[in-house]
Amino acid sequence: MDFILQPWPWYVVGPLIALTMFLLLYFGKEFGVSNTLRVACSAAGAQKFSDFFHWDWRSQKWNIIFVGGGVIGGFISYMFLEADHTVALASSSVENMRDMGLTNIGESYLPSQIFNPEEITVGTVAYLIVAGFLVGFGARYAGGCTSGHAISGLANLQLPSLIAVIGFFIGGMAMTYYILPHILPF
Amino acid sequence: MKYLKFLGIGVIFGIALTKGQVVSWYRIIEMFYFDSFHMYGIIGLAVVLGIIMVQFIKRKKVKSIEGQLITFNPKNKSVARYLIGGTFFGLGWAMAGACPGPMYLLLGRGYWLILLVIFGALLGTFVYGLLRHKLPH
Repeated sequence: MDFILQPWPWYVVGPLIALTMFLLLYFGKEFGVSNTLRVACSAAGAQKFSDFFHWDWRSQKWNIIFVGGGVIGGFISYMFLEADHTVALASSSVENMRDMGLTNIGESYLPSQIFNPEEITVGTVAYLIVAGFLVGFGARYAGGCTSGHAISGLANLQLPSLIAVIGFFIGGMAMTYYILPHILPF
Repeated sequence: MKYLKFLGIGVIFGIALTKGQVVSWYRIIEMFYFDSFHMYGIIGLAVVLGIIMVQFIKRKKVKSIEGQLITFNPKNKSVARYLIGGTFFGLGWAMAGACPGPMYLLLGRGYWLILLVIFGALLGTFVYGLLRHKLPH
C-alpha cells in the first residue's frame, strides 16, 4: 500500500503512458491531447472564421471523453492515492527557483504564487492566459503537443516530431533560463 | 457505452501522470534545468516501449478491435513549422508548467486557475486557425 501512496517512479509511469497509447491504437484512435482544443473551437462555431475548424470534429468525441477521464484520474489520485502532496525536487533546481523569487517550493504540486486563487492579481491572470495561448498556438502550429510528437511521433520514428521536440526544448529552456527570472514573482 | 472505454483509458492516463508528478509545474522547470532524470525516464521509456509496440503492430499487421489494420499517418515533411511551432509551445510549456494533458488533469486536483490556461490555449488554437495561411510552414 505504501508504494501506491508514494510518488510513482519513472519506470512505472513511462509504461503506463505507453499502455495508454497502445489502448487508444487498439481502439482505432490516435493519442494526441491538444486535438481536443481544436475540437472545442470547432464545437463553439470557429469555422465561421477559419476553414481550419471545418473538419470532421465530431469523430473526435472520444478524445473529449478521454480527457474527461483524465480529470477523474487526477481527482482520484489527489483524493485517495497520495500520502502527501509534496514534490521532492533536485536541490539545485530548488535553488534556481528560489532565485526566481518563489517560496514554499515543492510543498504542493504548483507554486501558490501563480496558481492560488487567494493570491490572484492582474499579473497572474495575464501570465496564465499568455502561457496557455503559447501552448495552444504552438501545439497547432507544430501539429501536435507532447503526446502527439514527443510520445506518438517519436515512437513512430518521425523526424518532424524530433524537430518539434527540439523546438519544445528551445522554447522551454529560453523561458526557464532567460524569461521567468525576470517576470516572477508578480 | 461505446465511449466508456475511453473514459477508462483517460482515468489510467490521469492517475499515471498525476502519480508521476508530471502535472507539477516544478517538475517541468526541473526538467528544463536538466537537474533530474525523472521526466526523461518517463518520456524516454514511454518512447522506447512505443517504438517496440509500433514495430510489432506494423510487422505482425495487428488489427484494431474493429478488425481494421492499425495504420500510422506519417507527418508532413517540413522544418519551419515544427521548429517555430515547437518553440512557441515550449515557451508556454515552461510558463504554464503544463502541456495540454496535465492542463485537464490539474482541474481534477481542484486548481481552478488552470481554467485561465485552458482558456488561453483555446484562444491560441483559434488564432492559429485565423493566421494559418500567413505563417511559414
